[in-house]
Amino acid sequence: MIKLTIDNKVVEVEKGTTIFHAAKKLNIEIPILCYMNLEHLDIENKPGGCRICVVEVEGRRNLAPSCSTKADDGMVVRTNTMRVINARRTVMEFILSDHPKECLTCSKSGHCDLQDMAQKLGVREIPNETTCEMSSYRLDTSPSIIRNLDKCIMCRRCETMCNEVQTVGALSAINRGFEAAVGTAFEMNLEASTCTYCGQCVAVCPTAALTEVDHTPQVIRAIADPTKTVVVQTAPAVRAALGEEFGMDAGTLVTGEMVTALRGLGFDHVFDTDFAADLTIMEEGTELLGRLNAHLAGDKDVKLPILTSCCPGWVNFFETQFPDMKDIPSTARSPQQMFGPIAKTYFANKLGIKREDMVVVSIMPCLAKKYEAQRDEFKVDGNPDVDFSISTRELAHLIKQANMDLTTLEKSEFDQPMGESTGAGVIFGATGGVIEAAARTAYEVHTGKTLEKVDLKQLRGMEGIRAGSVDFDGLEVKIGIAHGLGNARKLLNDIREGKSHFHAIEIMACPGGCIGGGGQPLHHGDSEILQKRAAALYREDAGKPIRKSHENPAIKELYETFLGEPCGELSHELLHTHYFDRKRKRDIED
Amino acid sequence: MSETKIKLKEKDVAKIVEICGFFGNEPGELINVLHKCQGEFGYLPAEVQEVVSDNLNVALAKVYGVVTFYSFFTMKPKGKHPISICTGTACYVRGAENVMEEFEKELGIKQGETTADGKFSLSSLRCVGACGLAPVVLVGEKTYGRVAADGVKEILAEYEA
Repeated sequence: MIKLTIDNKVVEVEKGTTIFHAAKKLNIEIPILCYMNLEHLDIENKPGGCRICVVEVEGRRNLAPSCSTKADDGMVVRTNTMRVINARRTVMEFILSDHPKECLTCSKSGHCDLQDMAQKLGVREIPNETTCEMSSYRLDTSPSIIRNLDKCIMCRRCETMCNEVQTVGALSAINRGFEAAVGTAFEMNLEASTCTYCGQCVAVCPTAALTEVDHTPQVIRAIADPTKTVVVQTAPAVRAALGEEFGMDAGTLVTGEMVTALRGLGFDHVFDTDFAADLTIMEEGTELLGRLNAHLAGDKDVKLPILTSCCPGWVNFFETQFPDMKDIPSTARSPQQMFGPIAKTYFANKLGIKREDMVVVSIMPCLAKKYEAQRDEFKVDGNPDVDFSISTRELAHLIKQANMDLTTLEKSEFDQPMGESTGAGVIFGATGGVIEAAARTAYEVHTGKTLEKVDLKQLRGMEGIRAGSVDFDGLEVKIGIAHGLGNARKLLNDIREGKSHFHAIEIMACPGGCIGGGGQPLHHGDSEILQKRAAALYREDAGKPIRKSHENPAIKELYETFLGEPCGELSHELLHTHYFDRKRKRDIED
Repeated sequence: MSETKIKLKEKDVAKIVEICGFFGNEPGELINVLHKCQGEFGYLPAEVQEVVSDNLNVALAKVYGVVTFYSFFTMKPKGKHPISICTGTACYVRGAENVMEEFEKELGIKQGETTADGKFSLSSLRCVGACGLAPVVLVGEKTYGRVAADGVKEILAEYEA
């Protein structure tokens, strides 16, 4: 342990602690901008580049960046002298001199770290504002994410998420000096890069350099169109986080209030993606048992482990980086993409309306869902199964725009039949939830017995890679779980090298699963928030009268009256998909 | 930076693979590998960077990031006679900027570019350790000292024909 003095207060910290963390122990909040600490992932972004966190250290000639300077025994630090305050303000003025001054119309206004910091530091004018040279870049728009590098302040948080956490490698610092930016290889469009649209970069961007493509205007237009029947589906993770945008505590469940708000917005039918999650379990679970039984019967052609396929960021990841393994994941579509075709066939038939007159909107914790909804294989004659996908953050914005306060709304129930769901569908939103839901159903189908202990707690938790097993009446089914694409890569490498012993693996692109998705209210790396959101979903599961997907009466009816059998002919047409090799091709001459 | 697409030949790929192998395919050797590759090909087109990225297991964006960070690396083929003008302190104060402008005017290209016929390319460098001869110009391996703007035509004339 070492002792140092910060602002005349003595503090004792472990050797190796930075000045920033030592100050924090004294409740001294040194301002930071580029620094990011994701404790639950053991990831720190401290390029020491922005210099907002500088402090004065006695005996040291220049100011020290507190985020990356280690505390020393006997050190005397001052965080608020005139020299420090002036230096911070000057640094901020420099950053702002090369930043667009369009706060009034900027999509990040009110949630922008740069704006907040400029206010905190009391910047009231930018010297030479009109004569300063500004760096400018072309705008890059993809199906999910917009890159506006004019607003990039080179904090490089996105680069840390993209490379260290997700190992996607789409973004890197490029060029030098005034031209420096975070960009793609050869400054190609994000769409052409290895980007999976997981949105973790958007989730940590302090400014509007990285934002989601906003589909709320199209949604409002569809609702206003009297010729359209607008159907909405809400993903499980949304209900566990939406409340945070209205000042509620993390982990507050707002399912009923959200349904009321969606009705208030004018959606004609308010349904639940959880219904489609139950449907996913029927299809994916059947596929799992099919492969497992074939494997046990000695079929050498059958591929195990089977990997879940409900996460579109993960699908993009293996299509671009592991295309040689594209026949291992389940062919079952994601719940969003199962909901769409069922709504536009089964439910449209019930209403007696044409496909073209129905608009399906999804509320997702995810940015990759925007891209997924636009994939060609999920369209019929150009008409998408899911017309628009908007994030939890966008929904919160819509609700506020419609003058509703979620905290004061009454609870109400989802509409029928596609609002009917089980506890198994709810837990899809947390890491481990999909495979737990699948195991509940697969156990009963395989053994013909009732699963007494529904809570498969061995599959829950927040560790990046987990292993657990479920006893299928003498058959030990080995299950792997990974969340975060960097962890997924490790399991994939094991499979490629023949070292994997799992029968089934669940993979979610985002740390924490969908509850930590790129479209969720920002959690700023606070893992407690993720844990509370997960706990909320397990709470909702525990409170549901039905907790196994195959017992969902609306799902039973769907199969009896429309689909026939799971993995049957109509299921294959509407509920399954195929994957593509999207690895960058090299052109070589002999 | 948009670049003309080139097609690598099998033997070019083999050469890059060999260079990466020489450095143990270590991600930490990226700069050394790029240095060697540029020595081999004269420049670092996107296609070369892709092979390096695959073999060293370094994200393509990172490779490009390094190539665009260091002024030594170039993604454009150099001319047959690469012209470098020293813009280090001594040369700069003795008029290197005027010399650069004259070259740009005479060749009709900007710094970092190559003439359409591929004959000359123009770049700046920082100090060749011949400050007594400032301003200094290098054409290929040949050094010219005390170059003034009005001497530029004469230098270029040496490489005509």
